[in-house]
Order: sequence, then structure tokens, then C-alpha cells
Amino acid sequence: MNSPLAPDAPETATKTVTLEIDGRSVTVPEGTTVWEAAREMGIEIPVLCHDPVLDPVGVCRMCVVEVEGARTLVASCVRDCEDGLKVKTASDAVVRNRKTLTELLMADQRDTSTRDEKTGDDELFSLAREFGITESRFPGGNSRPVDSSSPVIDVDHQACILCDRCIRACDDIQSNWVIGRTGKGYKTRIGFDLDNPMGASTCVECGECAAACPTGALTNKPITVPIEAKRPLEDVDSTCPYCGVGCALTLKVDREENKVVYAEGREDSANEGRLCVKGRYGFDYASHAHRLTKPLIRKESHYPKTTLTGAMQRKDDGTRKNGVYPDYDKALSAFREATWEEALDLVASKLKGIRDEHGGGALAGFGSAKCSNEEAYLFQKMVRTAFQTNNVDHCTRLCHASSVAALLETIGSGAVTTVYADVRNADVALLTGTNATSNHPVAATFFKEAARNGTKLIIVNPHRPELADHGEFVRIKPGSDVSFYNAIMNVILEEGLEDTAYIEQFTENFDALKEVIARYTPEVAAPICGIEPDRIREIARTIGAANAMIVLWGMGISQHVHGTDNARSLISLCLMTGNVGRPGTGLHPLRGQNNVQGASDAGLIPMVFPDYQSVADDDVRARYEEAWGVPLDPVPGKTVVEIAHGTEEGSIKGMYILGENPFLSDPNVQRARDGFMNLDFLVVQDIFLTETAEVADVVLPATSYFEKTGTYTNTDRRVQLGQTALEPPGEARLDWQILCDVMTRMGYEQGYADVEDVFVEFSDLTDSYKGLRYRHLAGRGKLWPCPDPENDEGIVVLFGDGFPTPTKRGKFSPAEVIPPAELPDAEYPFVLNTGRTLQHWHTGSMTRRAKALDEINPDAFCEIHPDDLATLGVDDGGMVRLSTRRNHIRIKAISSTKTSKGSVFVPFHYREAAANLLTTDALDPVGKIPSFKFCALKVEKA
Amino acid sequence: MPIKNIVYAQREHGGDLRSLDDYLAAGGYKGLEATLGMSPDDALYQFHRSGLRGRGGAGFPMGRKAGFLPKDSAKPSYVVCNADESEPGTFKDREIMELNPFQLIEGVTIAGFAVGAARGYIYIRGEYEHQARILDEALAAARADGRLGGDIMGSGFEYDITLSRGAGAYICGEETGLLESLEGKRGQPRLKPPFPAVGGLYQSPTLINNVETLSALPPIMTHGADWYAEMGTEKSPGTKIFSVSGHVLKPGNYEIVLGDTTLRELLYDICGGFREGQDFKACWVGGSSVPVLGAEHLDTPLDYESLQEAGTFLGSAGCIVMDTSGCIVRSSLRLAHFYRHESCGKCTPCREGTMWMEKVLQRIVDGGGRMEDLDLLDAMFGRISGRVLCALADGAVAPVQSAVELFRDDFVRAIEKGAPEPEPMMEAPVG
Ligand SMILES: Cc1cc2nc3c(=O)[nH]c(=O)nc-3n(C[C@H](O)[C@H](O)[C@H](O)COP(=O)(O)O)c2cc1C
Ligand code: SF4
Ligand code: SF4
Ligand code: SF4
Ligand code: FES
Repeated sequence: MNSPLAPDAPETATKTVTLEIDGRSVTVPEGTTVWEAAREMGIEIPVLCHDPVLDPVGVCRMCVVEVEGARTLVASCVRDCEDGLKVKTASDAVVRNRKTLTELLMADQRDTSTRDEKTGDDELFSLAREFGITESRFPGGNSRPVDSSSPVIDVDHQACILCDRCIRACDDIQSNWVIGRTGKGYKTRIGFDLDNPMGASTCVECGECAAACPTGALTNKPITVPIEAKRPLEDVDSTCPYCGVGCALTLKVDREENKVVYAEGREDSANEGRLCVKGRYGFDYASHAHRLTKPLIRKESHYPKTTLTGAMQRKDDGTRKNGVYPDYDKALSAFREATWEEALDLVASKLKGIRDEHGGGALAGFGSAKCSNEEAYLFQKMVRTAFQTNNVDHCTRLCHASSVAALLETIGSGAVTTVYADVRNADVALLTGTNATSNHPVAATFFKEAARNGTKLIIVNPHRPELADHGEFVRIKPGSDVSFYNAIMNVILEEGLEDTAYIEQFTENFDALKEVIARYTPEVAAPICGIEPDRIREIARTIGAANAMIVLWGMGISQHVHGTDNARSLISLCLMTGNVGRPGTGLHPLRGQNNVQGASDAGLIPMVFPDYQSVADDDVRARYEEAWGVPLDPVPGKTVVEIAHGTEEGSIKGMYILGENPFLSDPNVQRARDGFMNLDFLVVQDIFLTETAEVADVVLPATSYFEKTGTYTNTDRRVQLGQTALEPPGEARLDWQILCDVMTRMGYEQGYADVEDVFVEFSDLTDSYKGLRYRHLAGRGKLWPCPDPENDEGIVVLFGDGFPTPTKRGKFSPAEVIPPAELPDAEYPFVLNTGRTLQHWHTGSMTRRAKALDEINPDAFCEIHPDDLATLGVDDGGMVRLSTRRNHIRIKAISSTKTSKGSVFVPFHYREAAANLLTTDALDPVGKIPSFKFCALKVEKA
Repeated sequence: MPIKNIVYAQREHGGDLRSLDDYLAAGGYKGLEATLGMSPDDALYQFHRSGLRGRGGAGFPMGRKAGFLPKDSAKPSYVVCNADESEPGTFKDREIMELNPFQLIEGVTIAGFAVGAARGYIYIRGEYEHQARILDEALAAARADGRLGGDIMGSGFEYDITLSRGAGAYICGEETGLLESLEGKRGQPRLKPPFPAVGGLYQSPTLINNVETLSALPPIMTHGADWYAEMGTEKSPGTKIFSVSGHVLKPGNYEIVLGDTTLRELLYDICGGFREGQDFKACWVGGSSVPVLGAEHLDTPLDYESLQEAGTFLGSAGCIVMDTSGCIVRSSLRLAHFYRHESCGKCTPCREGTMWMEKVLQRIVDGGGRMEDLDLLDAMFGRISGRVLCALADGAVAPVQSAVELFRDDFVRAIEKGAPEPEPMMEAPVG
């Protein structure tokens, strides 16, 4: 297949039908239900089991209407309109019927409803009020139980009216399949799994069911202040601060208390109203008592700096000794409070001093992918102009730098070619190196939904992700990706399954690829990747036969010393089969942070200005020098790990770190810590006293996501607006203003009127954002590029007619198998794999301060195969000591067959057992990304 | 006078026809042989022409239903035999399967050929363990003899039948509930459309018929559609098995030609009438889901149209009879209890309404009844039936509603007296 983007589907003339509702004639497209048609006309027919986002089931019968000539009343939510139908929506019979039904249902309700009292949207109680039903003539009372075992949702079975909305929400929207019905007839109840308590079920706390429930049966537990309807809550449309899916949500804000009370997904969005546990229940960190409220300056008495404060250990019986955080009081005691004036003056003068004495190259900055486009733009602008260096980077280096490098090299653009939801249009979706249900949970709901609708998911991973339940799971050996994909391509070529026309028209360097691939027969690859040759052939045939294949990958691909090669292989596979540029095809590295795409777009990368314009290119530089009014450094800067190494050697002397926590997130972190301790001056701008901030000279109290307005670009290239919901605590200041203050004090005056001003400057300099303004970004936001933001969402599928490379062709970049940097040996026989969990985010600074998330996932743990545990003589839940050539940690071991034998999976969120003490800082030569997914490990009983 | 064993249960041949040899000796598999010799469309035409109506309860013409299956479907088609037989008072399918399993197997095979099915299923009531064993053995014997599997009887037709056992819920006899259960899901009726003929088992075209219906096919194909159609009345051709239970002296299964026999003849002549000192009081002629009849209806001929005229339905012909010693109030409570217990709970009016109906009747039986309760019942009947997904709710209302109408005096007396009269024959506790 090589057709570029199909032309717009011809307008198929939809058939219409004309009917009469309440005496008025109406014409609607065939297939419209009576309920929908009435709604169009402004007639609201009451419903209980129906919700327009769910498939109708027609079970509650509240929506019945009278249809002339019909034997009985019909349920309008499931009745299709027909020509000539005469409908009465509120005849006496209909109203009597609704009333009796409401009365029957009310017979079993408690006197009051939690939902009615909290969010005020109990649909049954509203109907009862409307019909004036105060008491029931029916003998009632079902004495069903309550269940408060879930950390986030209260279940009151007595209030349940069995409308099945929660079941459909869990099954059809989130594809989690937790809720069902149990019992028969009047004894029916909803049940979780095999009728377990909700908290003991496989529920992943996404909250979709509680959002769908029309009664007090499923309600959210309070997270910050109690949810009370009497208190007026303000709706603030924003987006989720966590992952790259960037779900649009509405925050319900109590202005008086200055707290977010609860959150709801926004229906008019790319995430279609869905959220995960972090987005729905993880907002309260912003109100945590640990928030920094005043600038801090290290006390003289606390030099020289010592290592991190202890604390946050738990006793082995699980009880807390000191809480999960650093010993906050002790850590804070190293600092004294200062005024903004004093702190900013100190920062500016120190940085200026280092710059003037040692040159700009002695300074460096880490920005953050948690911050907005505006902040990222200003941060790199500050480093490049005021610091006079390109030593600016951020965590993209640690997540997808290799993917971006490979994409830029081959197809000339580092972003996704299509949106994650395009998986719906794919016959085959290759999901590799991604644990999407944890790390991109809402995108995963779209993958699972596609699988249910016939898309074949091929899941390639050494660690078994939950998605494996929804498709074909291929467990390759850790680090063997290139051999596997080379063999797949070998078979495709061998069997003539490639798309010759596409290769000819849109690609180059195919011969070079062919030459390399020819050597990787399935027989050669099988011992390396651990997949039988015949299975490789089968998978290759499935891919070759697919009309549309989409490839989505995560950090299992990128975080290797051969991460760039891994990504090159995936790109070659897509190009070879013509799977780019059409709906249901394409390349989608699932970006990690909520704004890692935007931060990269905004130039938070050492080699490029905004829009990936090379700093070494004289013309480009001239453009930016003109825009910013200062001469700029032509030498590409250092990357994250190189900067850390620079602090160690002493070539980097001063650093500005905004919203990153390298003290937990850098590979081989002890080495990095030692380096950062070496700095002459370190300023950290953050909302908490993070592990990194603990060793800073100056700490600037920043604003959390909820306290500021700005734009964020998700993994889809979708630019969305996050809006201010809360007042910052104490003297905490808006980040963009802090950056401007520092720049101004360093002699580079900034005078933006407001934050949108910053966005305007950024978008004017950045072709892909050109023309975008805040007013365009409501609802679904805009996908860049967006040539017509007034009328259009932006381009969904890119590159139907060639690539933004000099030749307009995509380049095959063959990859050879290179071994991981550190192979297991007799002393370190295991392979260490690090990653994340559903409830926690990165170094846990936010999520471990979020009540519900911490409660669900309180303790550091690692996953080890039961056979290995048995050999080690360690029980499930017992403690182990993990050591590598660099360091060791003590951690709880959970028996799990998700890891293969010989591998250990350690989430990197936990300070008390920091996985990155173990990891290696060996880098991919091109992407400069560390090998977080592979190093040699020793495991002992502890 | 009634005639027995025309179409079913050829008992003359040694009590049962459980062995394939006996079945063949009695003329078995001639119908399939004849069918395989014609085109599927011709076979369908024979079904149609016979006038055979569904014997599971609704009485829908079988040939017409088979004709609804799309001929050009990309998906495979299936035949499903409904052997769930859970209607109180109905026990005819059990006897067919027990005594004459091959006739059913042959019927399912004939139907499969006519609609071009890939496979047949027999969904048998969970409690019918004994019958399931018999069927299992019979299926194995048919397979071994080349009457199921590949190239059936040398015709090239490939077809097999899977026996699937239910788990004891009445609602799994409702055709779409049955299909859900067969697919391994919770047995709950589906929203229709799509109807099974278009989107049935695994959303594929499916013909679903009762055991008695499908078992009529072999004789029809052996003797010809006209032979069958000539029996009975114009709208009720053929014969029907009545399962008679209750206060008659000779309860049992009786096959009669439709329209030939009156209710009185069935009860007094065939079933031996009543005990000394007792006489007919009431009868649920079509199973438990139909309106009750009283003595004034005894001369109604037993066929679809006459029974409908009398205000009830032929249903599954599970004829439950009560003599003058019985109590209509208690019986109504017993039936209400059954439906409350068996409502699947999906539709609100059915789930809540059946429970409530039981509670009100219980109140009357317990002596706490009030006159308003009868009005409350009246008002409720219409709120429950016809507003739901399946016919269970109608079935729950029909016997109680008709009892309150026909025997209102009994209810009034019970309320006035504080409890209904004691009932010597029915000691079994309600529960
Ligand atoms: C609640 C309920 C229970 C039913 N149970 C049975 C049953 O046990 N056996 C049966 O054959 N049909 C039963 N039916 C009827 C079936 O839905 C369906 O109409 C029948 O299987 C069709 O076959 P027929 O056309 O051969 O009668 C039941 C219907 C309802 C509503
Ligand atoms: S919270 Fe989510 S996963 Fe849990 S039961 Fe509700 S919908 Fe299902
Ligand atoms: S819990 Fe709520 S959504 Fe679920 S069935 Fe009950 S009332 Fe409906
Ligand atoms: S009518 Fe009753 S039995 Fe039938 S589907 Fe509805 S709830 Fe279930
Ligand atoms: S809203 Fe239509 S049946 Fe429930």
C-alpha cells in the first residue's frame, strides 16, 4: 500500500427519517434514537441507565414514551426513529409510569444520598424531587451493604439501581473489566471481580465508574477538603499534570479553601473524558504542607554540604518511622528564609560571577518537562542569553532522546507522525517497550478498545505488561530488540511482503538496509532474542499482510546504549511496509512527561533552538540573535549526563535546576550526586525541598501546575491550555516571572506583560506553532502543525506525501546488533530493568505527597520471578539486597511472572531504595541516553 | 379422542428408542435422508408448508423463522436447540430427550442442513443430568455411524452438534439469555434487535428452536409436510404434547392433535379426572406464564386460537391443574415467588416489580392484607409488563393479574378474614 493520505471520504448522503414528537415534526439521520431526536428538539426525556457516551442498554425504562399504535410504551433511548412515527414524551401514561418507577426505586434508597449531598448530581433523587415523591407506598429496604475498602471510592450497594453505567464505563471505556453483576433478580448487586471488596479487586482506581454512576452508590472519597454541594465549586478547565497523554480535565475548585476538591475528565477532548488514577485523584500534592513558601538560602553553618538527610525508611513490619519524605525539618534546618530580593540578587550575582570568570560554558541549566512551553522557552532563553551557553537540557535526555535522534535522522521530524488514538484505524498495532497501562494509562484504554474492535496488538517486551492480556505477547530477551526487528524485516524481504512502490517513491538508502538485514535470518536472530524462527516468520507475515500498521513505543526501546538503533529498526520497518502517512499507520514514541514534547519544541535541548533549529547553523543563529538581541554561543551544549560528569570534573561550576530532581533520576546517581555537591553554586527552583534542593545554595519557591496558566504539548503534538486554579502558597512565585527576574538581574532585561506574551514570542519563532494563540486551545486543543487554527484541529496524520528531509525522502538507517554496555557475569548474574508504576510519577516528589496515590502504593518494591526467589530462599514480600558494580539497595521483593527469569524490575520512584543508585551511566552514542533498562545485577537475601 | 405417539416418543418399540438400532428400526433417519436429497431451500419450504409452530412458548411459525436467516452472511450460521425447559409444569422435552434422543439429533441435523449451519448446539437445562448423559451417548453413536461429523450419510454435508449444559436459571431459557449463556457470559436477555436470526450466537445468524419443535422435523420430512399440515386446525396444524400436572389422577405427557380435544376431555378423559369429593377449580393450561382459566373454560378446544379466545395462551402446554381443595391466593404467591426469584434483574420494572408483587401477596397470605393492596396490584401490573427486555415480566404478571380478576372473591375473602383458607394439599413451604 502506498497511497498517501486518502482524500476526504466523499460525503455519503445519509438517509433521513421524519417523525413527529410531541406534535412537532422533525427530520433526523437514520439510526438516531427517539431520545436523541427529542434532545435535539430541546425535549429532555429523563434517563437513568443511559449516558450518551455509553452504548445504550435500555434496562431502567425511565425513558419510556408513547408511540402511536404500539402495544406498550417504548424505551426511547434504544428505539430508533422511523418515518411517520408519532411520539408523545410526556403523556399521562408516560408520566404515571415514570413516577411509579421512581417510587419503586426510591423504596430502597436511604433517606439521603451521598451523591445528592456531595456533588449534587444524584439523578434518582432529582427525579424523585421532580415527581414530588417523598415516601413510597411499597414495602422497601434491601439492606445491602456498604464497601469502603477502595482507597478512592465509597460503594453503597443499597443506593445502587443497577443501571449498569459503571459496568459499561469500566468495560467499554476503560477496558478494565472489573465490575459485573452478581446474584439474580432482586438480589442482584454489582460486584468487583468475583464479588470481592472493591479494594481487594483488580480495580486500578481510574474512577470512571464513579464518574458514570447516577446515584449515591459509587462516590469519590474526599481527597483534600470534603466534597459538599452546598459549597460553590468553580470549574477550571485544565489538563492533567502527569503523563504525556495530557488528559483534558475540569478541576472543581473550592476558592475559599484554595483547594482542588475533585477532578472530572472533559468530554470534549482527545481523551474523551477518560482519566486515570493520577489525573483523577492525584491533584492534592499542590496543597501539601511541605510546599515551599519562602526563598531559602543555605546557612553558613551548613557548609561544606553533607549528604542527604536520612529518614523516610519504613520499618520492616510496614509501619512508618518518619513518613515517606526526607526528614523535612532537618533538611530545612540547613537553610534560612530570605526575601525574594536577597535571594534573586544572590542567584544573579553568583551566576554572573561564574560566567564572567570562567565563561558561559561553566554554567548549565536543567529545565523541566513538567513545566509549560512558556517556561521551557524562557528557561532555554535564559541559559542561552544570560548564561551565554547552550548547556541546557532536560529529562527528554533520559526518556526519548534516542527516539528523537533516530526520527530526526531518518524522517526529519522528531515528533509522532500520528496521534495515539489512530490505533483505532490500524489492523495491527505494534506496541513495544511500553507498559502503557501504567505509564500512559488513558492511551492504553484506546489500545485495549481497539483490540476489542479487531486491531491486532503485537506486544514485544521482555517484561510482561498488562496490555499483553489484549494481544499477542512476544517476550524477547532484554536488550535484543535490534536482532528481533532485523529478523522480522529479513522475513518481510525474503517473502516479498515489502511495499515496493512506497519504498521507491518515498524512501532512500534501501540497499544499505537490505545488505545488513540479509544477515539477520530468523535462525541467526533466534538465539539472541529468544524467539523461535517460525514465530518470527509468523509475526513478520502478520505485519507484512496488514493494510495499516501503527508502531507505538516507550522507553523499553529508547533507554539502551543502542536506543537509537532500536528506534531506527522500528522506523525502517514502517518505511519498508509503507506504514507512514495514512490513517492507522505511523510512528508514535509515547512521550513520558506531560510536556516533554513541548519542552523539546521550545528548545530545551543543548543542540537546538526552538523548533529544532541547530545552534551550529550560522543562519539560524543569526535569526535568534536578532530575535533575542544578544550574541549566542555557536557550540552545541552538553547533555544531562555529560553535565553531571562536568560537575564531577569541575568544568561545570554553577547550575540552575528548575523542577527536576537529578538526585534520584540520574543514572548511577551516587556519582551524579557527588558531582553536584562539587558545584560552586546551585540554585533549585521547585515546589518541594526535593533531594536535589536539599544540597542547593539557594532554593526558590515555585508555583505548582495548578497555580499557573500555560500551554502544554502532549505526546500527540497536541497543544493544550492549563489554567490557574489555585493561589500559590505563601510567597511562592510564578515560574515565568522568576526566570524573567533572574534574567533582568543578570543584565538581560525582560518585559513581558503576561504569560501569553511569552507564548506569542515563542510561537512566532517556531514554525510548527505559528499562529497559535490561547483562544484556540480550549476543548481538544490544537495539533501542531496547525495551518488554520481558527477552523481546524491541526494535522493528525503527517507525511502522506513525503518527509521534511532535504530529499523529501525517508532514509533507511540500518542497525547492527551491539551488546549492552554491561553484560551479566558470574558475580552479577541478573539483569536490572527499571521503570515506573501506575500510581507514582518519577521521583515521587508529587505522587508520594498525594494522599490516594501514596495509600495505594506506599512502599518501594521490586519484582522478581518466583523461581529466582525460590532459588534465593526469599519469600514473596521478603527483603532482598540488590547490588551492581556501583552501589546497592535493600528493597522488598514481590514475586511476579511479569519479569522473566534472571531479570529484576525496580521502579525508580523511591528515595529509600533508589533504583538509580544501581543503574549505569553508559550512554547511547547518538542520543546520549543512559541504559536504564539494562545492567548486570546481584540479588541476595537481605 | 386423543391419539398418542404420532410424532413423538414411539414407546411401542420397547419403551424407549435410546439405541440407534432401535431408532433406525422404527424408521429413524429417513427424514434426514430425504432432506439430504433435496436442496436446502426445498427443505426450508417443507418446514414452511408443514405449518409447524414453535413449541417453546411463543408459537412462532418455525419455517418462517428459519427463512429469516440471511443467506449471504459472511459469518457462519448456527442452529441452537433450546432444551432449557424450566417453565414450571413443563416436562415434555425431558421425555423426548430421555426416550428418543435420536429424533432430536436428527431434527437438529435437518434444520442445520436447511439453513446451511456450521454447527448445532443443544443447550440443556442444568438439572437434566440424566438426559444430558443420554444425549451425549446418542451424539457419540450418531458420530460413530457417520450421521454427524464430516460427510454425513455420504452426502458431503459436514455438521456436528455440541451439547452444552445450563446452570440452573430460568432466564437462560429465554432465547437471547440462552445465547449469552452459551457464549460463556452471564445469562441475561439481550436488547433486540438484532434478533437471533441475524445476530444470534456470536453475533452470527442463528436459528433457535425448542426441543419439541425440532423433533417434529424428522417425521415431517419422512412423511411429507402435507401429512403434518393435515392434522389439527388451519392455524394450529400438527400435534402437541401437553404436560399435565397437579390435581388430576393421571398426570403425564400426552400428545394430542391440536383442536381435536377440549380441556375437559384432556383433564377428565385422558387424565382420569379428580379425586373423590373434589372437582376442577383452575388451570394454567400453557405453563406458569399464562393467565389462569376457570371452570367456565373447560370446553375450550386445545389449540392456539381457541385458547387465545378464552383469554390465555397455549404457551409450552405445561398444564397445571388445581382442584377445589387448592387456594388461588397461595398459588399466586407461589408463582410470584418463582418469578421474583428468576427475574434476571436487568430491567428495573421487572426486578423491582416482581419483588414488590411478591411482598404484597405475602402480606395478604400472612394476614396483613388491605383492600388497597388489590388496587395497588392492579396499578402495578401495567407498569411491569411490556416495559422490559424480555417476556419474563409479562409471564410474571399474567398468572397473578388473571387470578385477581377471575377469582377476586377469593382475594377479598382472604383479606377480610385476615388470611386465606387453609390448604390441605399444599403444605410445601413457600421459600
Ligand atoms: C423467561 C423465558 C423463559 C423461556 N424458557 C424457555 C425454555 O425453557 N424452553 C424453550 O424452548 N423456550 C423457552 N422460552 C422461549 C424462547 O425464548 C424461545 O421463544 C423459544 O426457544 C423459541 O423456540 P420455538 O420457536 O421452537 O418455540 C422462554 C422464554 C422466556 C421469556
Ligand atoms: S475505578 Fe476504574 S478500574 Fe476500578 S472499578 Fe471503577 S472503572 Fe473499573
Ligand atoms: S453502582 Fe451506580 S452506575 Fe453502577 S449499576 Fe449501581 S447505580 Fe448504576
Ligand atoms: S424482563 Fe426481567 S427477566 Fe427479562 S431481561 Fe428484564 S429483568 Fe431480566
Ligand atoms: S434510559 Fe432508556 S431504558 Fe434506561
